[in-house]
Amino acid sequence: MKHPTTYKGYIRSKKLFILLMGVAVTLIALWAISAGSAGLSLQEVIATLFGYGNKQSAIIIFNHRLPRVVTAIVAGIGLATVGCAMQSLLKNPLASASTLGIAQGAAFGASFAIIVLGAGFQNQTLDGITIINPYIISICAFVSSILSTLIILGLSYFRRVTPESMILAGVALSSMFAGATTLMQYFAEDVKVAAVVFWTFGDLGRTGWNEIIIMLVVVVAAFIYYAFNRWNFNALQSGEETAKGLGVNVTGFRLAGMLIGSLTASTIVSFIGIVNFIGLIAPHLVRRIIGNDYRYLLPAAALMGALLMVASDTAARLVVAPIILPIGAITSFLGAPLFLYMVFKGIGGRK
Amino acid sequence: MIQVQELFFSYRNGEPVLQDINFSVAKGQCTAVLGNNGAGKSTLIKCLNRILQPQEGIVYVNGENILQLKRNDVAKSLAYVAQHNEGVRFTVFDTVLLGRKPYIKFEPTDEDFRLVESVIKRMKLEDFALRYIDELSGGELQKVMLARALAQQPQVLLLDEPTSNLDLRNQYEVLEIVREIAKTEQISVVLIIHDLNLALRYCDKFLLLKNNRIFCYGGIEVMTPENITEIYEIPVTVQEINGVKVVVPFT
Repeated sequence: MKHPTTYKGYIRSKKLFILLMGVAVTLIALWAISAGSAGLSLQEVIATLFGYGNKQSAIIIFNHRLPRVVTAIVAGIGLATVGCAMQSLLKNPLASASTLGIAQGAAFGASFAIIVLGAGFQNQTLDGITIINPYIISICAFVSSILSTLIILGLSYFRRVTPESMILAGVALSSMFAGATTLMQYFAEDVKVAAVVFWTFGDLGRTGWNEIIIMLVVVVAAFIYYAFNRWNFNALQSGEETAKGLGVNVTGFRLAGMLIGSLTASTIVSFIGIVNFIGLIAPHLVRRIIGNDYRYLLPAAALMGALLMVASDTAARLVVAPIILPIGAITSFLGAPLFLYMVFKGIGGRK
Repeated sequence: MIQVQELFFSYRNGEPVLQDINFSVAKGQCTAVLGNNGAGKSTLIKCLNRILQPQEGIVYVNGENILQLKRNDVAKSLAYVAQHNEGVRFTVFDTVLLGRKPYIKFEPTDEDFRLVESVIKRMKLEDFALRYIDELSGGELQKVMLARALAQQPQVLLLDEPTSNLDLRNQYEVLEIVREIAKTEQISVVLIIHDLNLALRYCDKFLLLKNNRIFCYGGIEVMTPENITEIYEIPVTVQEINGVKVVVPFT
């Protein structure tokens, strides 16, 4: 970014960056809606979205493509916002839903629902997975993913626990959940194991409008809470004691922020399965460009999350179409090299 | 004006870290907190603005008991500068603006911006305003932290070893600024310092801590070789060179 000479100019350039991110998300979303086996032109997409399209494209867009893209945007915003918030709350660049046991917890819950409660299995013909009761799976995934956070927060409430030990506890709980999941799979029939594996791949096509609305409400509420506390985030970056000296109720804010973050991430993960890495890298990618000021970092990270998610999902759909690759694999596979590149290139970092 | 009465602090189930702490610092006065490592100096100043919550005692700032105020209101009366400040990726301007946090409802007002600009000017930081603080030198960073504390418009300034990472020139410059601010703004300053000669030069009052209690508290008259020897457990003599009192240890 150029070096502006006045503070107003400096702020303006940050706002401009956020605006550009917003435009980028809109464009890539439109492209994602138009791309696919039933070719739709961009004009058709826009016309249909505004209600002037033909019946066929309306069905394709409103029943298939749009829910998928909206899911990607909402989930991307949610995971990135939560990652961004947790990185400040725990003062740790590694903090995200996947390092705090939320993802592993969800996988355990889903396995439990499928294997023990019999909520799904692979078909005889081996061409698909039958999910008998998606809600049971989502509820179990949600409960067990929030469980790990509740344990961590409970420990830190009753005993003084540093942010570092909260992360360590998360890693420990992750491995516990992973072990429990493996054990359950070891004793399960292979058709059920296949269903579990399929669930954990992550899939944005599972969500209908009802699920999307639930996710949207949760994500919007969390974002508003975090945005409202943006000055607290900024104060917290200067150290816990300095933040207290600036009037931040550090303990309460950390507890509430972590709880809301986990609720949000658990909601998303229990609907779409495990999508790693977005919550971790989206904030870091924009941090290097826009700085650590949470007034601008939060919206920028949220938009970056949406961008990465839509791009990954579209890539997952198109690379070996008509087969849809698992989104979780794509985000990790494409995200890691991009992240490494930025870390070593030091874009926007210290000179 | 800050008045401390019967302050008591201990960590959970632990031995008392501070007890029977009574002292007051008038407006415009600079008080040095002296003592060995582990004497409770940092704990003491952290108790004053409730970074640590004392179990007993009263801390009055202008007649209000700080220990019963909301944290945000405490931040309007007392500003604190930590010993180690992490150079985060924030501009100088944004860092000083953070000092307005206790007053900001949703967004900073024009008044907040004006105040930040005037503090930056006063600390002669205009040329750095848009630099990132992780790119500053130790002396510059310390001035930025002071500027942030001043933006809080406090009545009491708490400084934990403000000169510990600075070179000779910056040590004098920073303490000169602190003393000047205390006098002109009528702020009470409580600072922890290890360099006795700097303390003798820039502070009006001296609070000597030993074994979790105040050993003695008073003006320059308490800085006798006997008292200092007692506190630091090393024999010293106090000499006067060109009208400046200096402490010389002999081993």
